[in-house]
Order: sequence, then C-alpha cells, then structure tokens
Amino acid sequence: MRRFLIAATLCLAQPVLGQDYAEESLPDVNQEAQAVALMDTLRCVVCQGQPISGSNADLARDMRRLVRERIAAGESPETVRAWLVSRYGQWVSLKPEVNELTAPLWLIPIIAMGGAALLYSRRFKRKKK
Amino acid sequence: MKRSWVFWLPVAASIAMFATFFVALVRPADRTIVSQLVGQPLPAFDAPAAMPDQAGTSSRDYADGKPRLLNVFASWCGPCVAEIPVLLQLQAMGVEINGVAIHDKPEDLARFFAENGNPYARVGLDQGGRAQIAFGSAGVPETFIIDGKGRVVDQHIGVITEADIPDILAKLKGS
Repeated sequence: MRRFLIAATLCLAQPVLGQDYAEESLPDVNQEAQAVALMDTLRCVVCQGQPISGSNADLARDMRRLVRERIAAGESPETVRAWLVSRYGQWVSLKPEVNELTAPLWLIPIIAMGGAALLYSRRFKRKKK
Repeated sequence: MKRSWVFWLPVAASIAMFATFFVALVRPADRTIVSQLVGQPLPAFDAPAAMPDQAGTSSRDYADGKPRLLNVFASWCGPCVAEIPVLLQLQAMGVEINGVAIHDKPEDLARFFAENGNPYARVGLDQGGRAQIAFGSAGVPETFIIDGKGRVVDQHIGVITEADIPDILAKLKGS
C-alpha cells in the first residue's frame, strides 16, 4: 500500500507548472532561433559582462522569458530590443549601433586610411622627381 | 629639410588618442544603469497583493494627485533591511510608500516585516520580474519618486540613508 502511494504521488508530480520560457524553447523553431539570436545580443543588467542568454541571474531569466513571450506573440526581435532600450538605455543592447556618438568608431579608420594614402602618394611623387 | 606641419599631424593625433585612453583608464565609466523612465509616466504594471491584510499595487494607483514613493525591494536582499528604518521615518513624516517585492514569497515577506517593520501602504508581488523590467530597474533596492500625475520624477538606486531624506522630501513636494 505504501509503495503504491509513493508510486501514485510520483506519477502526479510535475517537473514544472506550465511552461516557463525562461529556460524552455519555443515550439516554433524559427521563433526560437530569433529569440536566441536576440538574447545573445542583450546585456544582462546585473552581471553586465554577459548576454542574458548565458547568465544565471534572476533578472536575466526574467528577460529571457520576456523575450520568448514577446517573440511568440508575434513581435519582431528589433521591436523587443527597442522596448528594452526604452527601459534600460542603449547599454542593454550588445549590438553596435551607428549614431552621432559611435560614428567616430567607423569614421576614424576611414579618415586615417585616407590621410595615410594622401601622405604616401605625395612622398612617392617627390621620389620620382 | 624643414618638416612641414603635416608631418606632425599623425604624431599629435596619436598623442591625443593615448591621452584619451589614459583618462578613460584612470576614470572608468559609471556602470550604474539608470532607468530611462525618469520624466516619463510610470509604465503599466500589476503587482498583486503579497500580504493578506494589505492591498497590492498597480499603475492605476499613481495618478490621484498625491506624490509618493515606489520602492523596489525583496525580503532576501540584505541592503533592503538597512533601508527599512529610514523608510519608517519617511512614513512617520507622512510620506506614502508602496512596495514591489521582487522574486519573493508571502511567507518570507511576513517574516521580513515581523523582524524589520512594515513601512508600506501597499505591497505587491512582482511576478516573473515583469514590473521590475517595465520600470527599467536593474536591482534591489531602488526607489522611484512618483508625482501626483503618475510620472517618474526621480530614481534612487541603492539604499536610502537618512542623508537622502531632505532631498526626497524636496522632490516629493516639488512634484
């Protein structure tokens, strides 16, 4: 009888109550791929050096759940990113963005190469004389 | 041969660059994540009642003309304990404080309040960090000053100490 009770209890035991998208994949493969790609480029605001996909912090779990739920509801990854940026600022996104503040990162190498090309071309011209 | 100023241009540029690196190295950037909601209306959220004898709190409670504090806390958070006496002082001064408990359980909160006191008018349980993320809050404790129109006036990150009381009172009065 006791054995039966234990067996019956074990049968009733459920691993999780419902679906928790913090750790579980979405049933739709394409949506899951989108969600994972987005989670790889969102910064965990607690552990700061990690993306939320690789963090054990509670807040990162909550953000993974939020990302999957919103993607499952049909939102585009960039909409979800923009929503999080509107809460935590640009810092939460690990995807580099070109704006007036970050433009020098792209422009400086081009300017430097251009400058170097100019200097060298002048030097070679002088040698030819 | 007299070198033209063009020759010194890259040298000057690299000196400027390394000076910038050095300054950034000596004074690293502030890594505090500030909510973007300061100056904006409190976002929609719903934190159901955590205690049997106390109402929960939702975004509908904040546009009734009365400025108040919204404190994000947790019973498992050590610094939150340190903040409670100061919140009790503010409560005694007539400041209304609502609490949103993050990743918490009613029984743990009951123990927390029995040990430290309960400075809150309303206490809501945040479910799955939804309210916390909506607020743009990155940790506990954090306190938002909300004006009578339900807008976020300021965010206080970390423990509120006695030294912060005058500033908080001024911001509540000014809103």
